[in-house]
Amino acid sequence: MSRERGNELSDLGHVLILAGGLSPEREVSLHSGARLRDALREAGVDADIADADAGLIPAVITDRPSAVFPAIHGASGEDGSIQEVLTLLGVPYVGASPDACRFAFDKPVAKAIARAAGLATPRSVTLPKETFHDLGAGAVLDRIVATLGLPLFVKPARGGSALGTTLVRAAEDLPGAMISCYAYGDIALIENCIVGTEVAVGVIDLGGGPEPLPAVEIRPLSGSYDYAARYTPGQTEFHVPARLTPAESKAAAEAAITAHQALGLRDVSRTDLIVSAGEAFFLEVNVAPGMTETSTLPMALEAAGRGLGTVCRDLLSQAAARGT
Amino acid sequence: MSIGPARDGRADDQPRTTPPEGPAAAPSHGSLVDAHVGRYAARAKDMAASEIRALFSVAARPEIVSLAGGMPYVTALPLDAVGDMAGQLVAQRGAVALQYGPAQGDPALREGICEVMALEGIRAHPDEVVVTVGSQQALDLITRIFIDPGDVVLAEAPSYVGALGTFASYQAQVVHVPMDDDGLVPGALGEALARRRAQGQRVKFLYTVPSFHNPAGVTLSAPRRAEVLSICQRAGVLIIEDNPYGLLGFDAEPHRALRADDAQGVVYLGSFSKTIAAGLRVGWALAPAGIRDKLVLAAEAAVLCNSSLAQLMVGEYLASQPWREQIKVFCELYRERRDAMLETLGAVMPRDCRWTHPGGGFYVWLRLPPGLNSKSMLPRAISSRVAYVPGTGFYADGGGAEYLRLSYCFPKPARIREGIRRLAEVIDAETEIQATFGPSRAAGGGAGPADLTGPSQ
Repeated sequence: MSRERGNELSDLGHVLILAGGLSPEREVSLHSGARLRDALREAGVDADIADADAGLIPAVITDRPSAVFPAIHGASGEDGSIQEVLTLLGVPYVGASPDACRFAFDKPVAKAIARAAGLATPRSVTLPKETFHDLGAGAVLDRIVATLGLPLFVKPARGGSALGTTLVRAAEDLPGAMISCYAYGDIALIENCIVGTEVAVGVIDLGGGPEPLPAVEIRPLSGSYDYAARYTPGQTEFHVPARLTPAESKAAAEAAITAHQALGLRDVSRTDLIVSAGEAFFLEVNVAPGMTETSTLPMALEAAGRGLGTVCRDLLSQAAARGT
Repeated sequence: MSIGPARDGRADDQPRTTPPEGPAAAPSHGSLVDAHVGRYAARAKDMAASEIRALFSVAARPEIVSLAGGMPYVTALPLDAVGDMAGQLVAQRGAVALQYGPAQGDPALREGICEVMALEGIRAHPDEVVVTVGSQQALDLITRIFIDPGDVVLAEAPSYVGALGTFASYQAQVVHVPMDDDGLVPGALGEALARRRAQGQRVKFLYTVPSFHNPAGVTLSAPRRAEVLSICQRAGVLIIEDNPYGLLGFDAEPHRALRADDAQGVVYLGSFSKTIAAGLRVGWALAPAGIRDKLVLAAEAAVLCNSSLAQLMVGEYLASQPWREQIKVFCELYRERRDAMLETLGAVMPRDCRWTHPGGGFYVWLRLPPGLNSKSMLPRAISSRVAYVPGTGFYADGGGAEYLRLSYCFPKPARIREGIRRLAEVIDAETEIQATFGPSRAAGGGAGPADLTGPSQ
């Protein structure tokens, strides 16, 4: 089925972008979805947005899309749930399989797989809240500080957009950081803070194998890449390509490719790294990267001379051809 | 993050090596995405994406029982009749309804407003009324004409988040004055004024929501109304009386407004958002002549004039529809919801919780068990599919973390009961976490008014 828009034609047919969801990243997802929809329509694709709610399954059954682009951030969008549902519906979709999503969305699991694949990653401890309750929070926190040192990052094991994440510089601030973290989930990742250059490296695979996009260097003006810094234009400075040496750029690109492959990802991903002393330290990988005005994947595509709409159109076409 | 002392995170714990080889880093000329950074006014610095706003976005989903928003239950209006009325208005008076109008507002509406205010003992002339785009605009205009940066405003503790946002936008210094179950504490008001006088600071006005307070739900008692008037008269301090809920009492006749006993020292702000419909955006200020004249000039500069259509709709509604009876319908509806909330709070809340018992309006103000923080608890609440407003949004000084606001105006009683049950479980879980780690301090600071201002506040 063709759709004519100006002089552009798309044989893709009707596609759906899933955006919204019920995670705390809903607002980000809605912005991502809106931008993606506009970019796809500009590229001649008949694209609409749907939320993952009670109306989704009836809508898909009634008007079956040729492919779906999941843009729901956080749980249900990135933990494999929505991918399972789309598989049950027999609808092709862009991005990782349910199993790969499960590995990638869980930061400690992703770090372990990355480490096994040869990537460096900051030292860390992963603990459920019950451990602190049963063994005594003070004793456990003392051991954590003694082992990992300060400063530390405390973050939910499953989450995004820095929600529930705190940079802890003083030991007395650790209990409060743990409380904030456990408000978002039952398992916390406590990670050594590496000094270096924070970069995000997007990866796309349009059938020729995963290819890295230019690394995006992230410098929040406040020094903290928190939620406000991520989504308020003007609060973070981005350099594309990142100001790395050629060797560092190569290390960052290779780390992103390694992560993408080791986790069994597909089509598109974004790996977040700290480059320090010539080495790229893996932090996490994202299977549904943000597409807002301050998101790094669209910046990287632009720096590579590629359009967000055309790349995502091609990813959708690839998914449609692949089937479920 | 590229901050903090040097630590090498490699598993073999090798010390940090020499700095990376290659050319020195180029001067920082990256993209900030926003090309206008450096041009914004200082007052725009708090206009940023926030975690709290992100959580409220989730609260809009129907799976969440939202006890957060202050949206009136407008579907209780006779919508068919209102629709017919609106259609006839455009058909018969379209040349006026769709045209610019006077900045002070439609004269017939101003007369109708005086009739409405008479229910609270106010005697006023239509010339003293300035119609505004909701009472929020009236508050904005009042602040604009009175407040220079650094001027002191007294406000209750807690205070209405929309007002705090307005005061912040004009860079006022807000000083909170305590309340109890009978509203503003007169002795504390007197002390606050005395302290400011001793410091050589002039208080420009006292901002108060005396009836069915948003967010606290309490009402200033009749004896205290006289005391507050007396204190402010002696101190020469103007009172801004914001009264959107005055006609929404469940158990008694409307309280006598402060303005009813002081025409020169009180500016009264009124609204049809809760007695007719919020979407019409029609409110007003009742002010003595000198203030009124400046308000009209300020309103002209802000909007030229209000929506003629909306004003004529409200005027026609007051003239032709049984609006007093409709207010009674609203009161019954909100009373049932209030009762559902208070009954369930009493049945399921932990013993250490305390809450107000409003006689009208939309809100209950709840104090959490000691050590709990309503801002850091909110993500857990959203995960448990219930939403409230953290108390920190209602304080200009960073206070309020031990409180939260619950609204009963919109969800049906069964949903309210379910929401309170969910909230009780959230508080239990948070209490357990607090017992594990010790008293909660909100990491990264509390939510402020800038995080919470929005249409249904």
